Amino acid sequence: MNVILVAVIALGALGLVLAAVLFLIAKKFAVEEDPRIAQVAEVLPQANCGGCGFPGCSGFAEACVKAANEGSLEGKLCPVGGQPVMEKVAEILGMTAEAGEQRVAVVRCNGTCANRPRTAQYDGVRSCRIAHNTAGGETGCFFGCLGCGDCVAACTFDAIHMNPETGLPEVDETKCTACGACTKACPRNIIELRPMGKKGRRMVVRCVNKEKGPVAKKACAAACIGCGKCVKTCEFEAITLENNLAYIDPTKCRLCRKCEEACPQGSIVAMNFPPRKPKAEAPAAPKAAETPATPQAEPVKIVIPTVETAPKAPETPNV
Amino acid sequence: MKTFRIGGVHPQENKLSAGKKIEVMDLPKQAVFPLSQHIGAPAVPCVAKGELVKVGTKIADAGGFVSAPIHSSVSGKVAKIDTVIDASGYRKPAIIIDVDGDEWEPAIDRDETLVRQTPLEPKEIVAKVQEAGIVGMGGACFPAHVKLSPRTPVDVVIINAVECEPYLTADHSLMLEKPDEILVGVSLIMKAVGVKKAYIAIENNKPDAIALMQEKVKDYAGIEVCPLRVKYPQGGEKQLIDAVVGRQVPNPPALPADVGAIVQNVGTAFAIYEAVMKNKPLFERVVTVTGKSVSEPKNLLTRMGTPMSLLIEKAGGMPEDTGKVIGGGPMMGKALLNTEVPVCKGSSGILLMTEKESLRGEAQPCIRCSKCVTVCPMGLEPYLLQKLSEHADWERAEAEQIMTCIECGSCQFTCPAHRPLLDWIRMGKGTVGGIIRARANKPK
Amino acid sequence: MSNKLKVSLSPHVHSGDSIRRNMDWVIVALLPALLWSFYVFGWGAVIVTLTSVASCILFEWAISKYILKTAKTTLADGSAIVTGLLLAFNLPSNLPLYIIIMGALFAIGVGKMSFGGLGNNIFNPALLGRVFLLISFPVKMTTWPVPHQHTAYADAVTAATPLADLQSANLGDLFFGNIGGSLGEVSALLLLVGFVILLLRKVISWHIPVSILCSAFVFSVLFYILQGKMSFGDICLISLKHLLAGGMMLGAVFMATDYVTSPMTHKGMLIYGACIGFLVVCIRLFGSYPEGMSFAILIMNAFTPLINNACKPKRFAKEVKK
Repeated sequence: MNVILVAVIALGALGLVLAAVLFLIAKKFAVEEDPRIAQVAEVLPQANCGGCGFPGCSGFAEACVKAANEGSLEGKLCPVGGQPVMEKVAEILGMTAEAGEQRVAVVRCNGTCANRPRTAQYDGVRSCRIAHNTAGGETGCFFGCLGCGDCVAACTFDAIHMNPETGLPEVDETKCTACGACTKACPRNIIELRPMGKKGRRMVVRCVNKEKGPVAKKACAAACIGCGKCVKTCEFEAITLENNLAYIDPTKCRLCRKCEEACPQGSIVAMNFPPRKPKAEAPAAPKAAETPATPQAEPVKIVIPTVETAPKAPETPNV
Repeated sequence: MKTFRIGGVHPQENKLSAGKKIEVMDLPKQAVFPLSQHIGAPAVPCVAKGELVKVGTKIADAGGFVSAPIHSSVSGKVAKIDTVIDASGYRKPAIIIDVDGDEWEPAIDRDETLVRQTPLEPKEIVAKVQEAGIVGMGGACFPAHVKLSPRTPVDVVIINAVECEPYLTADHSLMLEKPDEILVGVSLIMKAVGVKKAYIAIENNKPDAIALMQEKVKDYAGIEVCPLRVKYPQGGEKQLIDAVVGRQVPNPPALPADVGAIVQNVGTAFAIYEAVMKNKPLFERVVTVTGKSVSEPKNLLTRMGTPMSLLIEKAGGMPEDTGKVIGGGPMMGKALLNTEVPVCKGSSGILLMTEKESLRGEAQPCIRCSKCVTVCPMGLEPYLLQKLSEHADWERAEAEQIMTCIECGSCQFTCPAHRPLLDWIRMGKGTVGGIIRARANKPK
Repeated sequence: MSNKLKVSLSPHVHSGDSIRRNMDWVIVALLPALLWSFYVFGWGAVIVTLTSVASCILFEWAISKYILKTAKTTLADGSAIVTGLLLAFNLPSNLPLYIIIMGALFAIGVGKMSFGGLGNNIFNPALLGRVFLLISFPVKMTTWPVPHQHTAYADAVTAATPLADLQSANLGDLFFGNIGGSLGEVSALLLLVGFVILLLRKVISWHIPVSILCSAFVFSVLFYILQGKMSFGDICLISLKHLLAGGMMLGAVFMATDYVTSPMTHKGMLIYGACIGFLVVCIRLFGSYPEGMSFAILIMNAFTPLINNACKPKRFAKEVKK
């Protein structure tokens, strides 16, 4: 009995002493932290995806508080939580959140297996960053999608998948949060974050090939040849031509679709439009209908929360 | 017998074309001259479409100091200036010439008599080397005149006749057939940089070349043959200097000249002889066409700009079971997309690898056997660099000296788990190099 | 020829080495000691070995397929067979089947697969299995049969091993293996033959075994001198016997040299081996276990990452030489 008593008292006393020591140390070495950081962190989605550009949700909370101290939450956006979360954050920090524009990842390559014949067999690590070092990869186009799926691996929202038939990645617009992970993963800057557009509709040039026309066309049937017809056709000066490649400025584009008709190659694609009523003249290029990445049957049900002014596109480093 | 001290592997030599006499390759119908056949700024064309050129006419000026002019290897008319895919795999601008006859520039001395003396001063020798467009013929294509103008004094010249890559025999055959010309070239190099001692480094799988050169050097002051134990990558500049004179070149920005040594390929020495003594600019070179299924492996004296398909035809045609066409050797060469690629100043060989040989093994997890660490000639840890590159830990990769990797491939060659070590390290080097450059360019 | 050429990054050749080849040569190197164990311990040795190897293979396959659900199992690289053999080598030949199977499950399941499979484990799986069994079944794991009972298995007559009383052990018996003990550890000579095979086939380098044996010898001599009870000649003799007795030779050549759990540079390997030698002697002379090799190796396995960080290979041009 004695032994048990002694043991209990000894361990109990030890416990109390250690608890007191811990308490004193916690008090003496306490780290001063703005209590708002913890409050903001609590309302965040806890996905720790990095889509905001900061290390995890706690990093974002710190950055928001710091920005609030400087006067503005400009550029801070949690793509997962969207507007509702940003409003809560703003409330805690005593500020207001404005609506901005939702963005989505767009794959600017239409080099499907049918359009872009494979001229070689790549043997090696199935990673785009590595295959990029072989110049052309498996095709004659040095700019197009390599098909190894680094973008798919980078996405934490299950929003992009490889289509085995076309060999290209496809974005699921219901899940995409425009966090930018896939744009950073792609060594050729093929994926771009573009504004979602009204009802998800947008015009995009699905090509990033900067070679001269005949060379680009030889490698891929859907390549932009830099002919400039789209530039001439656009009444809103939304299209520019640089390095044999056309680019549509999403802020100026009015979705009139005239460029799509003008393009002889079918490189300009109208995304998420309802199918055209059958007309006498066939659509400009039959290839446009072959792009499965743009579901045209019915408008995709998209939740378009209006969020705070979107931050600038993340810098895509040249790998 | 000497060799370099750290690391190294022993790939199968497969010198199928050793001992084959150099054959002169036929002229092509069209010659293609990419403007970027060397390290440094691309050359700038100085001919226009429709102009007539002769063999040896300058068709492009050097684009800067670290650059080299390009001379036509054929006579004919300039067809166009367009972009082609060259041996690097990328599309680059090039001058394309339709071949007509074989008329040489009159200034070139086509007589084969050996010329041993020259009245030229060292600076004039370097100028002539620069005018002739000579670049490193071992494959790196560094402009020779830049190497011959070192910023620190040097005391030894090392001639790289090691040819450590399996299959290649271009340098070997050149030594067997033109030993005197090479040695005169070496003495020109010695004169140009003002050194009294030169070594000709030859691996001892070429005993005939060693014996012949040892006989010939007796007539040349200050040149000594240095036989080396066979080990890859002995032909790497840093490894070679370590093997021959026991000096180790520190990391960049240090250069071999900072330890007092200059290394030139034996083919470059020959080209320097021809340029200085015979007024012949660089427009042809010996190319080895080889492969286990090739019916007639050969060493072909080829005019630059010849499409590689013609050389393959000359060697008996592309074998049925070809899996890969490699420009260069199997350890560091580039797999080509097609055989229309033109022969350039750095094309040391064309290897037609059989389908079976070109299969990569399936990658397995790293078993930490440390064989890659043992063989790395730069003393790095490839398994670690690969993991850091894969996980994008660039800070640590830089700390682990990923930038000193010479991309020799010894690690991937050795790895029992068939891991793609060099693929990842190469990608890592590119990214870390970009980060370093961005850091250097950041305004303070 | 298929119409398309292959495009890949250099190097385009490979030495032909593979994990399978290395494991095969380890098995060949273990064969002399294995066959000797059949001769000395008879039927029991055969049963223990077969059970251990079969269980290891079975558990690795089952865990890969049903728990980890990997696309392909890694059985083809032969590492499960090697783990099975090494585990068997550490067991007495009269160990009941169920204990062997539990040991295999622990070795493969906990020691290897739970860390992520081949290449990811921190501790030597066979040693983990042995230590688990030692702690769980201390009596059964420390009663060894008398040698040369060829048909006996679980009912073998047992006796102490030389390690219990080294001073009176015969040096020749220790070296050739006419003694009792765990299956694979009895014949120092045949284990050394295995060592030579591994060296010739370039499977391992000499650094770890040599540093372990030298360090163990040196520290043994040192500690006996400090004890001050024996003459120097006797001390050297008993230290030599320490090298030949128990699991020292087996551990030094086959267990400590396991690729995954040992350091990556030669300098690191020497430090690793020296520490193992020190620890073995400490445990044997001052600890309560008669055999300390397994624990010494497992302790140093934990230090391997630290050793790897501290001992980098010699970089090219570390000092500018002229």
